[in-house]
Formats: sequence, C-alpha cells, structure tokens
Amino acid sequence: MTATETTQTDLLEVAALRSALHTHARPQQPNAVSASLSFAWRALLKIKHVPMQLFDVTVFPIMFVLLFTYLFGGALAGSPRDYLQELLPGILVLTVAWITVYTGMGLNTDISKGVFDRFRSLPIWRPALLVGMLLADIVRYTIAIAIMLVLGLALGFRPDGGLVGVVAAVALLLLFSFSLSWIWTVLGLTMQTPEAVMQASMTVMFPLTFASNVYVDPATMPGWVQAFVNNNPITHLTTAARELMHGTPGYWDEIGWVLLWSGALVAIFAPLTMRLYNSER
Amino acid sequence: MGERTNASKEHPVIPGMGVEADGALAVETVGLAKHFGKTRAVDGIDLAVRPGTVFGFLGPNGAGKTTTLRMLATLLRPDAGTARVLGHDVVADADAVRSCVSLTGQFASVDEELSGRENLILIGRLLGFSHRAADKRAGELLDAFGLADAAGKLCKDYSGGMRRRLDIAASIVTTPPLLFLDEPTTGLDPRSRNQVWEIVRVLVAEGATVLLTTQYLDEADQLADRIAIIDHGRVIAEGTSGELKALVGSGSLHVRVLDPEQRSEAGRILTAALGTPFQLESDPAALSARVTDPELAAAALAELARCCVPLAEFSLGHPSLDEVFLALTGHPAEDDTPKEDAA
Repeated sequence: MTATETTQTDLLEVAALRSALHTHARPQQPNAVSASLSFAWRALLKIKHVPMQLFDVTVFPIMFVLLFTYLFGGALAGSPRDYLQELLPGILVLTVAWITVYTGMGLNTDISKGVFDRFRSLPIWRPALLVGMLLADIVRYTIAIAIMLVLGLALGFRPDGGLVGVVAAVALLLLFSFSLSWIWTVLGLTMQTPEAVMQASMTVMFPLTFASNVYVDPATMPGWVQAFVNNNPITHLTTAARELMHGTPGYWDEIGWVLLWSGALVAIFAPLTMRLYNSER
Repeated sequence: MGERTNASKEHPVIPGMGVEADGALAVETVGLAKHFGKTRAVDGIDLAVRPGTVFGFLGPNGAGKTTTLRMLATLLRPDAGTARVLGHDVVADADAVRSCVSLTGQFASVDEELSGRENLILIGRLLGFSHRAADKRAGELLDAFGLADAAGKLCKDYSGGMRRRLDIAASIVTTPPLLFLDEPTTGLDPRSRNQVWEIVRVLVAEGATVLLTTQYLDEADQLADRIAIIDHGRVIAEGTSGELKALVGSGSLHVRVLDPEQRSEAGRILTAALGTPFQLESDPAALSARVTDPELAAAALAELARCCVPLAEFSLGHPSLDEVFLALTGHPAEDDTPKEDAA
C-alpha cells in the first residue's frame, strides 16, 4: 500500500474520525422498558419504510370476506348480509392469527443477517428484542383489524354490541395473538431459514384456521371433526368475538377458554423461546 | 500466563512483547476450546493481547477464528479453558464483558431495512442515549465515516464498503476499549479496504484495542502489531509480522536469466549456493529459491556471474506471510476447505 493510495481515501476525514472517537463515555445502560421500546421503534420504522406490507397481509382476508359473503352467504345464512354478521368477527380472528406468523420470520431473518449477534452482544435486558418486536406487532394487528372492520362496516356489518363490544373483542384478539406469537418465535429461533419458518407456520395455521367455526356452523360436521373444531382455540376466540361484538349474553365462558389458551401458550412457549434465545448458535 | 516461554512445545512463541509486566492484558485466554459435535473448532488457544494494539488472527476458513471471537464476545460458551476480557471472565462476568466490547460480525451486521442513520440511532438508544443524543451522535459518525450523503437511504441499497463502514461506526457509537472485527475487509474493493484499515489505525491511535480476524496475509501484515496464525483450532505461531517471517528465513531470491535455455543450469547453481531447492516460475526465464541468510544470496549471484549465466534481473524478496503459512502448516493459507467456520 503506497502513501499516495492512502491519502486518496478522501471520503474519510481523519480529523473528523478522530473527533468522532473522542470523549464518548457510555451513558447509563437503558432499563428494560426503554430497551424494549427501542426495538419496537425499529420494527415500526420497517412498517414506515414498507407500508405495503400491512396491506399485503390483509389481501387474503379481504378476498375471503368478499368470496364467502357473496358466494356462500345466501346459501349458508339466508342472505349475504346475515352471513357477514357471523363471518366478519371470525375473519378478524384469522387476519391477526395469520399475521402473527411474520413475527417468527422477522426474528429468523435477524438471526441469519447477523444483526442479531450485535444485539446479543450489547449490555441490555436480554428479552428486550423479543418484547419490542411483539409490542410493534400489536400495532400491526390493530391496523389490520381496523382495515378489516372498515371493510366490514362498508359491506353492512353492524355489531349490536356497539363500540364497547367491538373494543372488548379487539382487546381479546390482541391478547390471543400476542400469546400465539410465542409459538412462532420458537420456530424462528430453531429453523434454518425464514422460508422454512413460513412453511412450518403454515402447516400449523391451515388446519387451525379452517377446522374452526369461522366459516360455517360445525353442527353438520362429522363427530370427530366436531371434537377438534369445538376444542380449537380459534373456535373459542371466534365465538367470543362474535358474542362480544353482537352483545350476545354468555360470552364469559368463551372468554374464559381464550384466556386459558392464551395463558397456556405463553406458559409453554415463552420460557422455551427465552431458553433458545439465550442458548448459543 | 506469566511463564510463557518459547520452550512451549505447542508452537513457536517469540518471547518478549506478549506479556506486560503489570499483567493488565486486554484479552487473555488459557486453553480456550470449543467443540461442535466431534469437530474441535477451537482446540486449546492461549492468547495474550496487550491493550492499545492490533492483534491479528490469521487463518483459512474453518480454522476457528470466528468461533474464538464469538467466545470472547460472550456469544458462545467455551467448553474448556478460560478467557478474560479487560479483566472480566467471559462466562462468569458476561455482562461486564458486553459493556466494554463491540463486535462487528463477519457479515455486515447492519439492519438492511433501516437507513444508515436509523441503524446508528437504534444502537445509540440501546446504549442508553436519549433519542436526541443518539441522533446527534449518529450525525457525527455519518460525517466521520463519509456516509452523510447516504444517511437517509436504506442499507440494502448500500455498497459493501458503505455497509462495512456503517457497521464499524455502529461498533463505536460509544468508543469501546476493545473491538472485535471479524474479517472486516472480506469482499471489499481495494479502496474500501484502505478506508477500513485507516479506521482501524485511527481507532488504535486513539487508544482502543482491536482484535481482528483475517484470511488476508497482507492485511495482518499491514495492521497487526502481533499476529497469531491459527489452523485447525490451534495457534501454530505467534509474533510480530517480522518475527514470523524470520521463522522461515529472510525470503526468496528471484532471478530472471537472459537466455531461458540456461534456466535449469541457473537453478542448479542457486541450489548449490543457497542449500535450498529452486522453483521454476511461470515466466520461462524466471526462477526462485528460498534464502536462509542474505549473505548466501550475494554469494549465489556471484557464482552465477562466474559461471557465465547472465541475468536480466534479480530481487531478494522479503518473505510474504503466504510463505510463512506454507512453511508452518505445509499447506497454503488460501486452502479453501469446504467447511465454513463453524458458528
């Protein structure tokens, strides 16, 4: 390396570099909340940079609403409008349940890109990255729910439970989605590629979302299918969302089931996630 | 650590500079080892890195460089041996280690979906700066690293050199006393490589200690105060660049004969005078032989003249680290073994 070549690195002002290196003591380490919020900020910036990703994930639910309502609605419930009243709360459940899958993919991408190593070598509260991601996900779920609700209202969805019922149903949806995400973080930490995470998540999500009471009343299904459908957490959540949104009495039973499922998912998969997260790779 | 001498049967260690009298080392490992299944990725490594220096870790792919660095950065737990970083044990005191080191990974560890500025702000906030202070610091670093114009662009649109610079900038948001750089110039064009080298030199001039891995012999030669050559998870030689070169003699005598017909005759004369085998080069008139003593080289040239073998040119090359590596391991450093550095 000759001297002339070195001086040609004109982009780098050595003086600026020196001053940038001076005098920077580390501030006090951030607390758990601040570190988690920083990661949530990071995830929200990605939505800001690529806002289309929010619409991408609502394309399929929108198609399902339109197809099911107008193709099968009349046959299944007498009229498309009557069917929509039952379908829309279920579609909201599907929408957020599907979006949770992206949590695992995002985590897996971080790991494969090497940015994960940098975060893990920082002196911060260890779960902050995960908590931040999940916090930002709640924003994504809320936006997706809002899109679907607006569509539903435009098509004639009228929740009898009023605003309170809708808000309560949305809150329950968010709680369940947060709990469900922990399954995908486990997959995100164990699978080799983001594509593999997607594949595995789909394999779980398809039976879970289709073998439910979202589209049709399970009463006409064979007994063994009913046994699965009636115990599927998606069914419990769909029923609870319908009852809350329409103000049907007796929703506490279903809410109880959803809370139980949510608690169980977190109790099993959150510790597993943290163990995988802290283990080496 | 104190009684490390060249009597060590493991590998030639040049005595002296390795250990400070006061024992305050930036990195100190004893018998550090890590196995992945049956693979001994790191197989008992002793290191002593003085503060304020650049320590180069030189070896081919799969030699164990990255694994060692990851253990020192607390990302991997050693299977055997101990490692202390700035006095803190990497296992028992991992948090303390994390608070005084920065790791720049082998593949630029920036977030591609964020802009350069956002990447730096994020790291600043994670280190405890307020958003405003982190933003100010990001601005300083972007200016200093020649990235101000690209500050708002997403990193996936950055060139390899820009990513590397941003990556190093992210490592010094707060200037850590110790930096780990894992193959900082792999895949960079010469100009970007010069910039990264310059950054490393300034960092060290400002008092930081840098531990870097590289596959490039000239990079270790250019930057590192001391070099450990690592192969199959073991340090096979350690010392300054000059000391390592001295291990294989003072270099090679390269000659080009005027008449290519005389090349083999010239080879015989060189071998007789130098006592080492000669190598024919791709140029049909050129050949070389290793020199153990510069005085012998002078004698060899005189002998060629006496035997009427006229030369077009000759040169006594300082040995490259390539030759050092070949001499120490029996295989060239560029040995591209298929197994990646297990990580």
